[in-house]
Amino acid sequence: MSDFLHMGGYGVFIWASYGVSALVLVTLTVISLRNLKKIERELAPLEEARRDARRRGNIRQEIE
Amino acid sequence: MAIDLHRYANPARFLRIMGAIFPWVAISTAVLLIAGLYLGLFVSPEDYQQGDTVRIMFIHVPAAWMALSIYTMMAISSAVGLIWKHPVADLSAKAAAPIGACFTFLALVTGALWGQPMWGTYWVWDARLTSVLILFFLYLGYMAIWESFDDPSKAAKAAAILVLVGVINIPIIKFSVDWWNTLHQPASVATMDGPKIHSSILIPLLVMAAAYMSLFMSLFIVRVKSEILARRLRLLQMNKLQE
Repeated sequence: MSDFLHMGGYGVFIWASYGVSALVLVTLTVISLRNLKKIERELAPLEEARRDARRRGNIRQEIE
Repeated sequence: MAIDLHRYANPARFLRIMGAIFPWVAISTAVLLIAGLYLGLFVSPEDYQQGDTVRIMFIHVPAAWMALSIYTMMAISSAVGLIWKHPVADLSAKAAAPIGACFTFLALVTGALWGQPMWGTYWVWDARLTSVLILFFLYLGYMAIWESFDDPSKAAKAAAILVLVGVINIPIIKFSVDWWNTLHQPASVATMDGPKIHSSILIPLLVMAAAYMSLFMSLFIVRVKSEILARRLRLLQMNKLQE
């Protein structure tokens, strides 16, 4: 196990490369998903109101 | 209302297709990453000259490939956006830019961490390294342009022009190792005579490249969906204000 971490003396460089790659890609993924969720949350009530308005419009047309 | 349909019929179909693809690319990202890391860190042998540092290649080269491919894809969709005014084209380029910037950053950082033990220096101002640094600044400049305009259609146009001017940098990066004397080695996978490296190292490299490509597609779908919904949100908010 310590041989594996040591990587023939180059462990610092190799693990730093893998570490920074994981950090950047995971952060990008979390930010992207959070941003999508936030927009979906803000959009939901507006879409709902629009659907309601359209439904009321249809009923009014039928009565007339 | 006619305007509404014209602008959103197409993105709606785009979102449906993307939604159907998403689970597959997300799962393949996970599977390919696990396989690629296992092959790269445990199975593949050390290089006879570079020792274990060759393992940095498995994340350095795919990041650099993605840096170039994403920029090329952004240039194509920006051109489509400028010429045909396709409603998803500009948003696709905008959604891809931060992903491309991250991969370019990783290509530079992992390259530096590979350069120090093998070349004796983290950085040299040679043609390959410098042109990739310029690519990173092009990504940042593109993202800054989108932030600096209030009118999205003006931002799209300015950003598209920047990408298309900067596309000249792509062949410069690709051929820099042939045109100039660089410390960076020339291509050893994408050559006219086929790959020049042994399959024990080539296979983990290609698996990691496929993993990065799937990761890009997964993130791209999430981000392009955010862009389309954000545009829809702005439109509905404006409609509400007008009522």
